[in-house]
Amino acid sequence: MAYLVEMHSVSVSYDNNIVLDKVDFKVNEYDYIGVIGPNGGGKTTLLKVILGLKKPSAGTIVFDHDILNGSRIGYLPQISTGDVSYPVTVQDVILSGLMIRKKIISRMSVSDRKRASSVIGELGLSGLENASLSELSGGQLQRVFLGRAIIGDPRLLLLDEPGNFVDSTFENDFYEKLKELNKRMAILMVSHDIGIISSHVKSFACVNKGLHYHPSSEITNEQLLAYGCPIQLITHGEVPHTVLKSHS
Amino acid sequence: MEGNIFQYDFIIKSLLGAIFASITAGLAGTYIVSRRMVFLSGGITHASFGGIGIGYFAGFNPVIGAAVFGILSALGVEYLSVRHKIREDSAIGILWAFGMATGIIFIWLTPGYSPNLMGYLFGSILTVTSADIIALGVMSLILILYFSTFYRTILYISFDEAFARTYSPHVDIFKYVTTSLVALTIVLNIRMAGVILVLSLLTIPPNIAMQFTRVYSRIIYLSILSGFIGTASGYIISYFAGIPVGATIIFTLVVLWILVKLVIAALKKTKKFE
Repeated sequence: MAYLVEMHSVSVSYDNNIVLDKVDFKVNEYDYIGVIGPNGGGKTTLLKVILGLKKPSAGTIVFDHDILNGSRIGYLPQISTGDVSYPVTVQDVILSGLMIRKKIISRMSVSDRKRASSVIGELGLSGLENASLSELSGGQLQRVFLGRAIIGDPRLLLLDEPGNFVDSTFENDFYEKLKELNKRMAILMVSHDIGIISSHVKSFACVNKGLHYHPSSEITNEQLLAYGCPIQLITHGEVPHTVLKSHS
Repeated sequence: MEGNIFQYDFIIKSLLGAIFASITAGLAGTYIVSRRMVFLSGGITHASFGGIGIGYFAGFNPVIGAAVFGILSALGVEYLSVRHKIREDSAIGILWAFGMATGIIFIWLTPGYSPNLMGYLFGSILTVTSADIIALGVMSLILILYFSTFYRTILYISFDEAFARTYSPHVDIFKYVTTSLVALTIVLNIRMAGVILVLSLLTIPPNIAMQFTRVYSRIIYLSILSGFIGTASGYIISYFAGIPVGATIIFTLVVLWILVKLVIAALKKTKKFE
């Protein structure tokens, strides 16, 4: 299978504080990886390195040449970054996902707008093209930002804590949508909610300075203890559930 | 007849002034209002008064002094806030008072009385020169070109800066350039509305416009239009009533803002208003 991103012994530090330490990590096509780990363990930094927002202090990252040339990575940041009361329409926000392909002087073409309407339709936002963000519900807002991430038809989609702003009514819809998207793109999803994502992802990457990859979506207690991750045991059944280890 | 020629000249000057002030204030105002930079703009305005004072004292055009002070303080605050080295609101507050203090000290030290000083504080069309009008005209042209060329870039950076950084290495440069243009706009409009009132010339029109639409480009058009209505009728009222023009413009704009608010509220009550 073709890899999209390959990291070799990548280290990242902020002011001499090592956040990622000699990480080896590979994302293949159509992967669906949940990135878990404690707060401050380097989950978001991992995404930043892949996005090119943070330069590694050591190691190398190799991108699939398609990704490198077309910059075909979609990104759904934590919601706090966009000002929801800002006067901008749903269509304009979704179109901004195409800016990565544009030169400094950028106009949106007719085909760009067509793309936007098809994404709007796909995400069930029809009729809201010209609505401003402040008129939307939490779930609609989340789909708008997802639309911005996927309008460029990325081969890799990065999601940072999407559960943070998921409206519980739309939660299932949202993960269903991701499952569909996973048929055309790899997904890397940062979350601290192992319980929820374990029933959706195909595999896990556990990040706590180091990175440990688990090729299945089941994690045993021993694995978790060994890597210093949050101590939870996850099992799968009809209804996913978590069993907390007893505290001392 | 001589009186008529003078009057004709005055009307042309006022009309052009109103048009250019509305264009520049509408464009820059939409940017600062939507990016929540109103307080920063107040800081820039008052900091520029320091430049006016130094201009008087040293004997060069005070507008140039104001422009230098305005742009430097704008860039300074943007730079420091990018670096997260300071509490932005405190820095603006300090800059605000420092500019005013500098201005007052240098004007005090300047020998003789400056008849134009009141014009800088409260605005006066009588002291506006043809050069001022030409400068505002050039500024209008620059802003129209800048905003129409980089419309989406500006819109997206000010909406979601963190996301813009994921696709553009030019985010900071755009912030610096746009904020400098805002500072220049403020400084050039000081002659029209005065240091104390110019900020309202930038902030009230977009707030009128945002009651009709949330589409950024339409906010710009409507801001320019409402700015022109406010400025032009302000001139007319101030001329016939013999009251200061800057204050009259702002007063007219606020009345317009309240009227629009009331009418829209009434319309919403009677029927579903889009």
